[in-house]
Amino acid sequence: MIAEGGLAALWLAAALSLLQLIMGAVALTPGREEAGAMVRPVAIVQGLLTLLAFAALIAVFVMSDMSVKLVAANSSSMKPLLYKFAGTWGNHEGSMLMWVTILGLAGAAVAIFEHRVSNRMLIATLAAQAAIGLGFFAFLLFSSNPFERLPIPAADGQGLNPLLQDPGLAFHPPTLYLGYVGLSVAFSFAVGALVTREVNAAFARAMRPWVLAAWILLTIGITAGSYWAYYELGWGGWWFWDPVENASLMPWLAATALLHSVTVLATRDSLRAWTVMLAVVAFSMSMVGTFLVRSGILTSVHAFAVDPERGSFILALLALYIGGALALFALRVSTVKEGAQFEAVSREGALVVNNLLLTAILGIVFVGTLYPLFVEALSGEKLSVGPPYFNSAAGPLALLLVALMAAGPLMRWRRDRLKTVLNRMALPILGTAVVLLLVVVFAPPIGVLPTLGLILAVGVGIGSVAPLWGRNLRRTPLFTWGMVVAHLGIAVSLAGMACESAFTKETLVAAKIGETKQVGPFSVRLDDVEPVAGPNWTALEATLTASRNGGTAFVLKPQSRSWPNPPTETSESAISTRWDGQLYTVLGKQDEDGRWQLRLWWKPFVTLIWLGGGMIALGGALSLFGRVRRERRYHDRIAYA
Amino acid sequence: MKRFWLWAPLAGFVIFFGVVAFGLIRPDNRQIASQMVGKPLPAFDLPAGAPGRTGFSSKDLQGEGPRLLNVFASWCVPCIAEAPVLMQLKNQGVTIDAIAIRDRPEDVATFLARNGDPYDKIGSDTASRVQLAMGSSGVPETFVIDAKGVIRHQHIGDIRPEDVPEILAQLEKAR
Amino acid sequence: MKGFVLKPSRNLLGEGDRTKCGDRAAGGGNTLRFAPGPSTIPKQGLARILAFALALVATPALADSNLPAAKWANEQLPDPRQEAEARTLMLTLRCIVCQGQSIADSDAELAGDMRAMVRTRIAAGEKPEAIRQWLIERYGQWVSYKPLVEPMTWPLWLAPLVLLGLGAFLARGRFRRHR
Repeated sequence: MIAEGGLAALWLAAALSLLQLIMGAVALTPGREEAGAMVRPVAIVQGLLTLLAFAALIAVFVMSDMSVKLVAANSSSMKPLLYKFAGTWGNHEGSMLMWVTILGLAGAAVAIFEHRVSNRMLIATLAAQAAIGLGFFAFLLFSSNPFERLPIPAADGQGLNPLLQDPGLAFHPPTLYLGYVGLSVAFSFAVGALVTREVNAAFARAMRPWVLAAWILLTIGITAGSYWAYYELGWGGWWFWDPVENASLMPWLAATALLHSVTVLATRDSLRAWTVMLAVVAFSMSMVGTFLVRSGILTSVHAFAVDPERGSFILALLALYIGGALALFALRVSTVKEGAQFEAVSREGALVVNNLLLTAILGIVFVGTLYPLFVEALSGEKLSVGPPYFNSAAGPLALLLVALMAAGPLMRWRRDRLKTVLNRMALPILGTAVVLLLVVVFAPPIGVLPTLGLILAVGVGIGSVAPLWGRNLRRTPLFTWGMVVAHLGIAVSLAGMACESAFTKETLVAAKIGETKQVGPFSVRLDDVEPVAGPNWTALEATLTASRNGGTAFVLKPQSRSWPNPPTETSESAISTRWDGQLYTVLGKQDEDGRWQLRLWWKPFVTLIWLGGGMIALGGALSLFGRVRRERRYHDRIAYA
Repeated sequence: MKRFWLWAPLAGFVIFFGVVAFGLIRPDNRQIASQMVGKPLPAFDLPAGAPGRTGFSSKDLQGEGPRLLNVFASWCVPCIAEAPVLMQLKNQGVTIDAIAIRDRPEDVATFLARNGDPYDKIGSDTASRVQLAMGSSGVPETFVIDAKGVIRHQHIGDIRPEDVPEILAQLEKAR
Repeated sequence: MKGFVLKPSRNLLGEGDRTKCGDRAAGGGNTLRFAPGPSTIPKQGLARILAFALALVATPALADSNLPAAKWANEQLPDPRQEAEARTLMLTLRCIVCQGQSIADSDAELAGDMRAMVRTRIAAGEKPEAIRQWLIERYGQWVSYKPLVEPMTWPLWLAPLVLLGLGAFLARGRFRRHR
């Protein structure tokens, strides 16, 4: 019965979202405004119904109801509870349901909490949100019903792919979905603002928390994904400019640009059309990313369950929503005034350049990712665009952007003087110069980009905390702290990238049992290789004893793992984390002389890459919290005034 | 003019749509064809691929042709599937040479004893050197080589019975 | 987590088991599938014996070859400068088997042979770009992650300038002009 209840809730929610769209559209026509009274309550009920449907699906999974087709195909009664739970969205139908649930709840949250924008605009926004939801409801109900029953219940399920049984993977999709839905709300606000011609500061303030939340989640998603690739692929790389990675980077770049332009719009009521465009682009990029990943039209190192048919569906929705929004933009935006002009040396001036560089980088990643397909469509010739292109095309712009990031926050809004800005930047510039000197004198030749990265990281690190100097730290607003922490995170991450690429020591050797090999400051002895077994895999496990410059010995146990079903082999790297980097070891195959292939890396300060990513997300969270708190206080003050 | 520019994003999106729609409808073909078709076979001089056979050098193909050059390995499963078809081609009078990739002569001998031996000459390419030089991307692959030692055709994957007419036609074309 | 990087060769290559993606796909050959158990045989030998025994009984599908990796496939050149040159090149060459990876990051045997070839030729004094060109002549531009500069890729290489120019054009109206 639970499954039928869930399906009923889903149908009802879909019907309500249609109602929400129609009522919203009616309410926007002059003289029919009273229809709008229904939109808010409908959005709230629709959100609750999707939640109910999703809860029903979780329930059938947790109870292992094998008469439900989806459960029988993707779960098993023997699985640990966590994976029964996570198995709910570990498949296509379940993940679609999760997506509409998050979408529905986001719509409900907008309906309940949003009081800054006019009622008209809110109704238009909710109608747009309903339009997005409807497409996904249609897909769920007509072609991928998650609650379908089997004619005869299965004895037991076929199980979740054992390789997917991992806490990290269980929570990876929800993180990304939340991020994408956050951008969809920004998109709906942008459409609402265009329809009602209310592109103004109130619109920016209403949209900002959603953009910020989405951006935090996307940051976490990319950081975690990069660390996965780093320790799972077993070759020590952390970013490959792979299509799937680019697909996750593009929405992040767009959201980052949007985050900054929305601040200009909220503070100076300027960059109106541009911000609307970015909101459309940001959501487009999340749909484009989903499409590229799911359709499998580009070859990637990260395997996904690809399905061209579902790809076509996502593409159709993409065409409908994005094409529609861009057409609306073209028709309406000429009525939107762009707002006041800026001084070149001012906070908003710096933010314009920030947006210019971010969108250029986004464009480069977009063009580079799709160019092979473009060429193949035109000429049938196959070519590859990889790291050499992205590094040389986007790298310099990224470094320029980071340098600007140190200067921007030190400029005042409206108008500043170049001389005073340079004065404030004296210390960061000095830091940069000192590190440059150190690198030139002491470090071996490390290449232009790593050198620039390293010296900029230090300068920018100092520069990013500069906005706090001379301030009462207790009274500094939380969102200023957020900005400082996030910018510092960028510097930290950049330092990690530069160190990794400049100072990594690599040793690829074949070693006999008992033999000792050297990598950087570490000596690593191969003690033993023996078979071990896990719950659903067997492996060869090497015992490596390592010590740094003859210091205390410690043990690493890299594995070469075999999974019977589906038959798969993975290298499980063993990593030892020190305060100043990681020792990364991988066990390879055995050669004819009985020697084992070892891959050993010493990666100084590589951990800073992900530490920085975490700091960026934390900075976003502080900022979000600070903004929400300030608005709450502001509202209270108005309420009691 | 200004109006016109406002439609640029939509135009860009239409181009994007066209490109990815092409990506969706094109047949999923991940094969990398050799660019050496139409060019002379790279020079090589390989040791014998099976015990009791002579070595195999690109000079052996001068003036002899057209012939098939089969890239195979004893550890490759589709090669087993392909073996009867190669035997059939040999019985139709086609000369077939082979390069065994990353293989041991004794393993090749076992393979031939089990699956039949359609080969004239067999060379052993233990580090895939000749395979790389020919632009071949895996096993099995079959090349049509004409009398001048020029590669005329590449067949990727095992030759199925239904591929035989195409192979014979290519051989005829290379005559 | 494993699924994130899983490489089922069947999906990737479409045509199943013509060749396989090294370590990450199913294996016979050097693959070890054995039940762990008490060992009376010296441990180092155990794995090999089991591996050998099971290689015989294991289904032969998706096999690797029986030969060890070529010299220089997994070993560095003694000259650090040459090794750095080789590594930089290998990171920009695409593996023909595991098509999403560079040959420096791929477990496929053919990638190993390509690494061996690159290192041998670098050690013999050949220029990296000559080796890249040699491979492009054989496999087409696809094999290089670094697109050539030619009419077909001009839009690609000009994209950064065009994008910046377009952005500057759009942004110019935002700034107040001073005399």
